[in-house]
Amino acid sequence: MPESAPILEVHDLVKQYSSVTAVDGVSFAVPEGACFGLLGPNGAGKTTTIEIMEGILPPTSGEVRYRGEPVGARFREEAGILFQKTALQDFLSVRQSVALFRGLYERGLDVDEVLRLCALEKLASRDNRKLSGGQQQRLLLAIALVNDPKVLFLDEPTTGLDPQARRNFWELVESIKARRKTIILTTHYMEEAQLLCDEIAIMDRGHIIAQGAPQRLLNEHFAEVLLELPRHEFPDVARKLPLKLIDASDRVEISTHDLDGTLRALIEARVPLRNLRIRPANLEDLFLDLTGKELRA
Amino acid sequence: MMKRLLAVWHARNLEFLRDRPTLLFTLLLPLGLVVSMGFIFGGPPRPLFTVGVLGSRAESHNPFLHERYVRFVSVHDETAGLDRVTHQRIDLLLDLDGPARYWVNTDSPKGYIVEKLLIAADPGARRQPVTGQAVRYVDWLFPGILAMNMMFSCLFGVGYVVLRYRKSGFLKRLHATPLSAFEFLTAQVLSRLSLIVFVTVLLYVLIAAIIHFHSAGSIALLLLIAVIGSLSMIALGLTIAARFASEELVGGLLNLLTWPMMLLSGVWFSIEGSPRWVQWVADLFPLTQVTDAARAVMLDGAGIQRIIPNLIYLALTTLVFLAFGAWSFRWRVD
Repeated sequence: MPESAPILEVHDLVKQYSSVTAVDGVSFAVPEGACFGLLGPNGAGKTTTIEIMEGILPPTSGEVRYRGEPVGARFREEAGILFQKTALQDFLSVRQSVALFRGLYERGLDVDEVLRLCALEKLASRDNRKLSGGQQQRLLLAIALVNDPKVLFLDEPTTGLDPQARRNFWELVESIKARRKTIILTTHYMEEAQLLCDEIAIMDRGHIIAQGAPQRLLNEHFAEVLLELPRHEFPDVARKLPLKLIDASDRVEISTHDLDGTLRALIEARVPLRNLRIRPANLEDLFLDLTGKELRA
Repeated sequence: MMKRLLAVWHARNLEFLRDRPTLLFTLLLPLGLVVSMGFIFGGPPRPLFTVGVLGSRAESHNPFLHERYVRFVSVHDETAGLDRVTHQRIDLLLDLDGPARYWVNTDSPKGYIVEKLLIAADPGARRQPVTGQAVRYVDWLFPGILAMNMMFSCLFGVGYVVLRYRKSGFLKRLHATPLSAFEFLTAQVLSRLSLIVFVTVLLYVLIAAIIHFHSAGSIALLLLIAVIGSLSMIALGLTIAARFASEELVGGLLNLLTWPMMLLSGVWFSIEGSPRWVQWVADLFPLTQVTDAARAVMLDGAGIQRIIPNLIYLALTTLVFLAFGAWSFRWRVD
């Protein structure tokens, strides 16, 4: 993880809606050049947090500082933003849509360069309403990049995309990371966070429940490997074994240091092992471990 | 099928009933229309004709003054009275000092009939020539039609577009850039303004050619009226669209503005005979100011001195509406 002064600091953020506290005392700092991920299930407060950081929503209390100063004109000039949902102006082509936003900034990239960066050259003259989900998302990313931002906000950028489009989008983000941009990303795909993020904060019900580099978090919580068995094939007698069990919706997970011993115990308990899977822990397991619930339940 | 139909019917009713401002509005608009119509057109049977009278009615025994369905209004100065005749704001001007004399616009159908009534009651009345070119009804209507078209384009064109931007989230995306509310609103005003001025000029040229109309006054002055008038009405449209996110509410509010303006601004008929307060309210409408100024220039050849009060009023309302719009502006749906 790059070691440098934080470009963005979030201090004790609270956002209260009439009856719900969407964000409840969230603090973190994002180092310059890092890719910072906010993870959590729907309703965890990720989007509220990121929209307060973007200056779109006023917080109930707490503050966000950009390069040590309250978010202001400089931030708007230097931030690139991709919302979860954005409609563009009707009847504009891809190039015209990008050009419109290019016109709103003092400095930035050439429109053609942005189109090339996001693989949109061939679609430049197409009406922006006639794009596929993945193309639409690439256009919105192009618009977010048009001012050559120092910091880029991506709010669930791949939600609703098919696996191929998602992978393409990840490659794009990797290429942007290579340009030393700071990226703030929200997602409920742990795979996405694990692949792209240098540091993550896991959110649940308005709080951050764990924070750090993905691999370090995993090492801290799981010095073990995971054994997965279908739930209906896991007999109740086996629950009495001295094993660390995690119940997921359709499966039972056993976390262990001693793979040989665990397997022997399962065989002795006559647990059918034909559907057994052994794998290292990932962020999904971490979330399940921390909250006792599944990320997309 | 009925079940699905009912399900959608029910959901739509709920949506409508829960949208309180719109609901309230839907009830208040027709009520307001009925009440105001009652005020304007209600009371005893309306006179069919309006006759301006020079001199004292009280001292006159002219039998014409007892005709039913004729409203008599006092006119104190012959020039002003003649002006009203040419513009068909009154149907006939009668001078009762000495032997009865009258002036009538030969292009006015109502003037034609009321003249017959007068001659029947007082065969000795003498017709006086109306000096200057009499104004045809179509000429009188022309400035009003142009102004009304301008009003609809200003209010609906701007109001709905901004509302749509807000609902779709496009405004929210713009908010994330250095763009300010004032810059956004000004750009909308200017875009609409150029479009409307272009369309109005085109309409003017086409209609003038069709009805063989020649403006009595300066075309440049007309253009100035079109620009300032459009600005005022676009800004008014923006105040409506600045905040709300409901099509029904915004549509209702726009109707609330356009209908009274259309009826009371004197586009179709003169509101000369209406109660004082109606005329006072009508004078507040930008459309009235535009129509009056445009008529003065197109029909009477008025110069800038005469219409400067209208222009100042339109400029001031533009500033007030824009300031209010920028102040109450919302980028996103709350």
